[in-house]
Amino acid sequence: MHSDARPPLALTLAAIGGLLFLHMPIVLIFLYAFTTEDRSYQFPPPGLTTEWFAVAWNRADIWPPLYLSLRVAALSSGLALVLGTLCAAAMARARFFGRDTISLLVVLPIALPGIITGMSLRSAFAIGDIPFSTFTIVLGHATFCIVIVYNNAVARFRRLGASMLEASADLGANSFQTFRHVILPNLGSALLAGGMLAFALSFDEVIVTTFTAGQQSTLPIWMLNELVRPRQRPVTNVVAIVVFVATFLPILAAYYLTRGAEETAGGGK
Amino acid sequence: MSGAAHPARGPGDRLTGLFWRRPKLLTALLLLPPLLWLGVVYIGSLVALLVQSFYSIDQFSGLVVPDFTLKTYAELLIPSNFDIIVRTVAMAAAVTLASVVLAFPVAYFAARYAKGRWKAVFYLGIMLPLWSSYLVKVYAWKLILAKEGIVTWAAEGIGAGNLLNAVLALPVIGGNSLSTSYIGTFLVFLYVWLPYMILPMQASLERVPTSMLEASADLGAGNWRTLRSVILPLALPGVIAGSIFTFSLTLGDYIIPQIVGSSRFFIGQAVYSLQGTAGNIPLAAAFAVVPIAIMLVYLTIARKMGAFDAL
Repeated sequence: MHSDARPPLALTLAAIGGLLFLHMPIVLIFLYAFTTEDRSYQFPPPGLTTEWFAVAWNRADIWPPLYLSLRVAALSSGLALVLGTLCAAAMARARFFGRDTISLLVVLPIALPGIITGMSLRSAFAIGDIPFSTFTIVLGHATFCIVIVYNNAVARFRRLGASMLEASADLGANSFQTFRHVILPNLGSALLAGGMLAFALSFDEVIVTTFTAGQQSTLPIWMLNELVRPRQRPVTNVVAIVVFVATFLPILAAYYLTRGAEETAGGGK
Repeated sequence: MSGAAHPARGPGDRLTGLFWRRPKLLTALLLLPPLLWLGVVYIGSLVALLVQSFYSIDQFSGLVVPDFTLKTYAELLIPSNFDIIVRTVAMAAAVTLASVVLAFPVAYFAARYAKGRWKAVFYLGIMLPLWSSYLVKVYAWKLILAKEGIVTWAAEGIGAGNLLNAVLALPVIGGNSLSTSYIGTFLVFLYVWLPYMILPMQASLERVPTSMLEASADLGAGNWRTLRSVILPLALPGVIAGSIFTFSLTLGDYIIPQIVGSSRFFIGQAVYSLQGTAGNIPLAAAFAVVPIAIMLVYLTIARKMGAFDAL
């Protein structure tokens, strides 16, 4: 549906109002990182300063959670890249019995609320007597990241079609050479986009993580603790900006990598 | 090239031949790792959740008794626990209804009037809040709704301070400040899940053929009549698809009511506190099964209404 008529004024205002509603709160996070008031959320801020960036840099308790988050996000998106691509390749190749069940199975970890994934893993760890570790966090994250990579890869496989692969085989390439020289270059940007979205999703995840981390602290868990028991409030804002940028940049990059394709990255969180 | 057909030059070629003769073998090999992962880690865990929910806890020792019983599910029905379920479902329904109202103008404008540069602005404008950090968004609302925050400041600035106080004085939904009231919890839920409603709604609106709008106008219908009799019914599958997200996500969230809200529990908070400090994993598991059961009923109804064609 598209029309070239001018939209009614009330509709334009409501639509722009809706977009502003979605963006204004995030602007405030940036403003409060510069406030001189560190005991309350007073508005307007009594004064502005940049000292909190230095304070945050020197806070020793921020760095270990940051490293843990980076490690978990890298491992999970790596695992999800392999598993999601394999699954997409199989689904693009053939129609077979149980195909719909498999696509449901891939989507389920993100379709059901995080608390169910989290509590399920927690139950399994309790039954299996598995101690909490980086591995248990990655187990949860990789599971819900698979669908992100899968969505991006499967759309690209569909566009690639069978004729290119047949041409490659006719020219004497075996399956592995076809994968290396035909499939991978065509899939590259979709996989990069999917991997970055998966990284962003994992880096920011908190609900599943609280069930699988035990005593460990990722950056979102650190933030959650500061929200419940605030110490230096503007420092939390500085960290919030870091988390925001670390998720914002991959998403923007993924959008530009897959723009114009039939399926733009990010449509199916 | 030495022969008429390609001779096998190494293991890679021999495997290629095998895959060519048995295409199902390659499909199976490709599927094996992801299915193994999802089957063991995810389905295995869901089964563990179900199993745990049929266990019970020994009142005296506090240890989990691994015997099959329905005792834990019966505990869900005692008034204090049942209130938690009712409160959560009521909140999920309110958030879903409000997000339909708020999402419609944005989705409708993006589908019908936005083009070129504005199309991209709307796409990114919805996508970025959807993907940007969940915790950062919740935190932003803690700043906004705080007693000394921007809402109070703005309300006093335009002389509506008394109105704000009157709203906060309302029974049940009011509170000490917006950030400790149900109104606050509702606003944050609405904000965080709104993009999940806009996107499927926009997708279904974009599929409404322009010719149908013209036909409606030719038959003498005004704008409102066309909206009510043509556009809204055709957009319904998208609305239902979006409501699946907003409803399910609200049912399962525990961070938002913990950061912004009164001290009364939602399902998610009950699950989290029961599995943690209380150590009552069976009851936590039984609580976690509730959103699954509610969503299964919801999905069955949605499927009957054709919502899945729009996903």
